[in-house]
Amino acid sequence: MTATLWRYTPLLLIFVIWEAGTQTGIISKWALPTFSAVVAAWLSLMQGGELLYHAAASLMRGFAGLGLAIIVGTTLGVLMAWVKPVRLIFNPIVQLFYPMPKSALIPIMILWLGLGHASKIVLIFLGCMLPVTISAFNGARGVEPVLIWSARSLGATRGQVLREIILPAAMPEILAGIRTALALSFVLLVSSELVIAREGLGYLIGWLGDGGVYASMFAVVLTVAGLGFVADRLYLMLMKRSLAWRE
Amino acid sequence: MTSDGGSGAAAIRVEGVSHRYLPARGKPVLALDHVSLEVREREFLALLGPSGCGKSTLLYLIGGFLPIGEGLIEVGGKRVSEPGPDRGIVFQHFALFPWKTVRENVTYGLAKQGLPRDEQTRRAQEFIDLVKLSGFEDAYPAQLSGGMKQRAALARTLAIDPAILLMDEPFGALDAQTRILMQEELLSIWQRRRKTVVFVTHDVQEAVYLAERVAVMSARPGRIKEIVDTRFSVSGPALFKSPEFVERVDHVWNLVRGEAIAAQGGAA
Repeated sequence: MTATLWRYTPLLLIFVIWEAGTQTGIISKWALPTFSAVVAAWLSLMQGGELLYHAAASLMRGFAGLGLAIIVGTTLGVLMAWVKPVRLIFNPIVQLFYPMPKSALIPIMILWLGLGHASKIVLIFLGCMLPVTISAFNGARGVEPVLIWSARSLGATRGQVLREIILPAAMPEILAGIRTALALSFVLLVSSELVIAREGLGYLIGWLGDGGVYASMFAVVLTVAGLGFVADRLYLMLMKRSLAWRE
Repeated sequence: MTSDGGSGAAAIRVEGVSHRYLPARGKPVLALDHVSLEVREREFLALLGPSGCGKSTLLYLIGGFLPIGEGLIEVGGKRVSEPGPDRGIVFQHFALFPWKTVRENVTYGLAKQGLPRDEQTRRAQEFIDLVKLSGFEDAYPAQLSGGMKQRAALARTLAIDPAILLMDEPFGALDAQTRILMQEELLSIWQRRRKTVVFVTHDVQEAVYLAERVAVMSARPGRIKEIVDTRFSVSGPALFKSPEFVERVDHVWNLVRGEAIAAQGGAA
C-alpha cells in the first residue's frame, strides 16, 4: 500500500505545483484555472449529475465498440492465421487500414450513421478491431506445431484445435493487443464526441470549453484521464489473473 | 517373456517414403529417400541416427503430422492421412498445454473419447499415479521440473490407450540421472502395458537398452541402413555390464559413427 502511494508521488507533486503556480500567478489563470477551482467544479458537476450522465453515455459507447472489436478482431485474427482463404481475403484489407488514422473516419461515420450512439460505436469498433486482429493473428501464427499435433493425436478435430489450443495459446498476445485497443478506444471516443455529439464526455469538454467554463472543462478532462487510468489498471489485473499459468 | 520375432502382423508399414522440405530460402532438401520399414505389433523399435538424418521426420509422417509426398504409410492396415488417437505421441519438449493443469492435460484426450466426467477424472488419476505424479494434479506445467513435465506428457498420451506410442527423443531434454530413471520407468510401463513403440533417439546406449530392434539410419538423405536385433537374455541394470550388450552397443556405434562423420562433413 505504501509502495503504491510512493509510486504516485510525482503525480501528487504535479497537482501541488499546479496549485502553487496558479495561486502565485506564475502561471496565468487564463491558461490554467487553479487546481482547487477545478476540484470544486468537478464536485459541482458530480452533484448536478451532468458528469455521471455524460460519463455513462461515453462508457456505454466505449464498451460496446471495444467489446465488438474484441470478439470480431480475435475471431478474424485466429482464422486469418489458420485458414488460408480467410488470410488471402483479409490480409490486404488489414494491411491497408492498419496505419490509417481512424479519426479520419469520424466525418464519414457521422454522415452514414448520424450524431447518436451508432456512429461512435462503429468508429471505436473499426479503430480497435485492427490492433486486436493483428495481435490475434501474430499470437495464433506463433503457436508451436507440437501443441497442435499433440491435440490432434489426442483426438481433437481441426475446429476443436482452433478453439481449445490455438486460441488459449495465443491469449497472451491477444490480451496485450486488447490493452492497446482499450487505450485507443478512449482516444476515439473523446475525439469523435468532441467533433460532434449530443452527449458524452467529449461533448461536455467541447461544450464547456466553448462556453468559457474552463475550470469545469479541466474537471472533465481530468475525469477522462482518471477513467482511462482506472480502466487500464483493472484490465491489467484481469490480464494477470487469466495468465496465472505462465508463472 | 520375449515377443516372438517372427510372429505378429506389421503394426506400421512404411513403403518407399521420400520426403522433401523447403527451407525458408533455397532449394528443397531431400530428408528421407525411399525409406521402407516394418514395425511389428507390440514391439519396441528405436530409430537411431545422427542429427538431421530425418528420423524425427519419419516419426512425424507416421503420426500423420506432415503430408506424405511420396510412398505409403499404413497403420493397422489403413493408410495414414492425418493424426489420430491410435498413434499417441510424446515430444522432446513435452508439448504440454501450458494453460492447463496436469490433470486437465491428462483429461483432454479422455474428454475427446466422450467418457463421462467422473470416469475421466478416475482414469486421469490412474495414469498420474502410474507416472508417479500424485500430488501434482493441480500444478501447471511451468511449475514442474523437466522430468515431471515428461511424466505428465507420458500420462496424457498413455491415458487414451493408443495402440502405438511414438516417442520423439523424449528424454533428450532431461539431465543424465532423470533420463536413466525415466528409461527404466518407460520399460517397466511398457512391460506391463505392451504397445507398439517407435522411439527416436541419437543415443546408442539408450536405443540398444530400450528397444527390441534398432533401425540405424544414414545421414541425410535418410535411409534405413541396418536393423539390429537388440533383445538380450539378461535384463535390468545387470544388462549394461553383460558382454552381449557391450558387443551390440559397439556394433551399433560403429554403424552410426560413419554416419555421424558424414553428417558433420555435410554440414561443413
